[in-house]
Amino acid sequence: MSQPIELQKDETFVLNVGPQHPATHGVLRVKMTMDGENIYNAETVLGYIHRMHEKMAENRSYPQYMPNMGRLDYLSAMAFNHGYALVVERAAGIEVPERAEYIRVITVELNRVSSHLVWLGAFVLDLGGFTPLMYCFDDREQILDLLESVTGSRLTYCYFRFGGLYNDIDDEFIAGTHVFIKRMRKELKMYAKLVTGNIILMKRLKEHGPIDRDMCQRYGATGPVARGSGIDYDVRKNEPYSVYPDLDFDIPVYHECDSFARYMVRMDEMEQSLRIIEQALEKLPEGPVNPKKKPKIIKPPPGDYYAAVETARGNFGIRLVSDGTKNAYRLKLRSPTYSNMHLFDEACRGMLLADALAFMGSLDLVIPEMDR
Amino acid sequence: MSIQETTKQALSELFIDQATDTVIAEPPPAATEESVDQEEAVRLPGVIDQNYDTKGFHLDALVEHEQLVRAAEILFGLGFFIESITGVDWIKEDQLEAVYDFSRYDFELCRVVVRVFIPRTDPHLPTITGVYTGANWHERETHDFFGIVFDGHPHLIPLLLPEDADFHPLLKDFKA
Repeated sequence: MSQPIELQKDETFVLNVGPQHPATHGVLRVKMTMDGENIYNAETVLGYIHRMHEKMAENRSYPQYMPNMGRLDYLSAMAFNHGYALVVERAAGIEVPERAEYIRVITVELNRVSSHLVWLGAFVLDLGGFTPLMYCFDDREQILDLLESVTGSRLTYCYFRFGGLYNDIDDEFIAGTHVFIKRMRKELKMYAKLVTGNIILMKRLKEHGPIDRDMCQRYGATGPVARGSGIDYDVRKNEPYSVYPDLDFDIPVYHECDSFARYMVRMDEMEQSLRIIEQALEKLPEGPVNPKKKPKIIKPPPGDYYAAVETARGNFGIRLVSDGTKNAYRLKLRSPTYSNMHLFDEACRGMLLADALAFMGSLDLVIPEMDR
Repeated sequence: MSIQETTKQALSELFIDQATDTVIAEPPPAATEESVDQEEAVRLPGVIDQNYDTKGFHLDALVEHEQLVRAAEILFGLGFFIESITGVDWIKEDQLEAVYDFSRYDFELCRVVVRVFIPRTDPHLPTITGVYTGANWHERETHDFFGIVFDGHPHLIPLLLPEDADFHPLLKDFKA
């Protein structure tokens, strides 16, 4: 009884993913032109939580702008603190005491582990596995408690000061961190058994979401996205800053160029971060955490300055243009996921919708950092 | 030869006048920091070395806007990836500056900054999306914030600002 339907060959329709879609982890919208289940074309629409952080930098003094860093990437706020502190210290020529450098590295790496834990939980949740999220948040809670005890906040840290830190760490923090490292090593083994070896996870990630080296170069992808494509690039190694050159750690690189490679990079990175924290705690020197001599009002000499750090998601760069006053003349924030997400439009063409969302999860998006 | 020297040499070829084969703009060799800062406004096109420790980048190239795409092609050929594109509003000089940041996936570190100065009224630049696909969003963002029009850009509509935005918030004379 059914009527024959004539299908047009070029019949496509537009599907709106987001801005309030759980898989986009925030307010990101992707306008997808679909050909049945397959994506014909995709266009990412940004700006739903754009707050113009760069303009804010121009109308407040350098120390007043530090809290903004925690609002960019809420999962890896400590590394953003570090980037901003580095560029202003470079511009104003402020020396950092060694103890402060070590504590910076310890807190940044703890924050990196907590960021990867949220990613892991949310990513596996995207793929349909609910349980790992609970384990991840439990582990992350330990880090948040540790960081809360020294920084005073749990998420939007404003811990770094130009030339030093807000306050020193105590023995309780050091003991707690040792306990955490021991616990986390055990948990990582559990994750490997619980998640990594899962056949469903492998089938959904392996050979899906290809990003090759050429694409990384054209889009400027960095962080685990680049390292999952066989690019041995990590700002901590390639452009050493702080005390990273004194610490022994590896940069995990995978050459498969698929979502699973990016997954493995992050899993291995957590172990490397633990190694860094362990060594930094061992080498932690005594001394002050703030420099003895520091200008009261920071006025860098005119000129432009650049600094980059490795956040949990990749290369975060800051370009500071100073005109010699107490406010920045121009401050450009180069956020990592902005470039990483950009290649999604090209890479997802021809993919199944469900695979594209798994691929999106493997990019580890944090929307406030893209929209700034 | 280090990558910094190779890149410098490759970029210097932009500034050689093809017809007469003479260097039209001789860049000052490794100028000291103060003199660079003072001469920034009147700098001639060319490539200069910068002190990485104080500045955070190695090479600083000032190009004319018709050399921009060629410069991007040279850098792409040498394995550079694009970090960001942005602008600076020099309202006193009545100029806009577009700044392009490039870096490498390499242990031999070399950061290159390419600058272009254009007039504040009716600012136009050629797009480099043909070379670096990833320049697309960066150029759209720069168009949002500074009103620089990138000629040849495939999709120059607001990215971060609302879709009907007709203001450019990072211009110094912008009033909210």
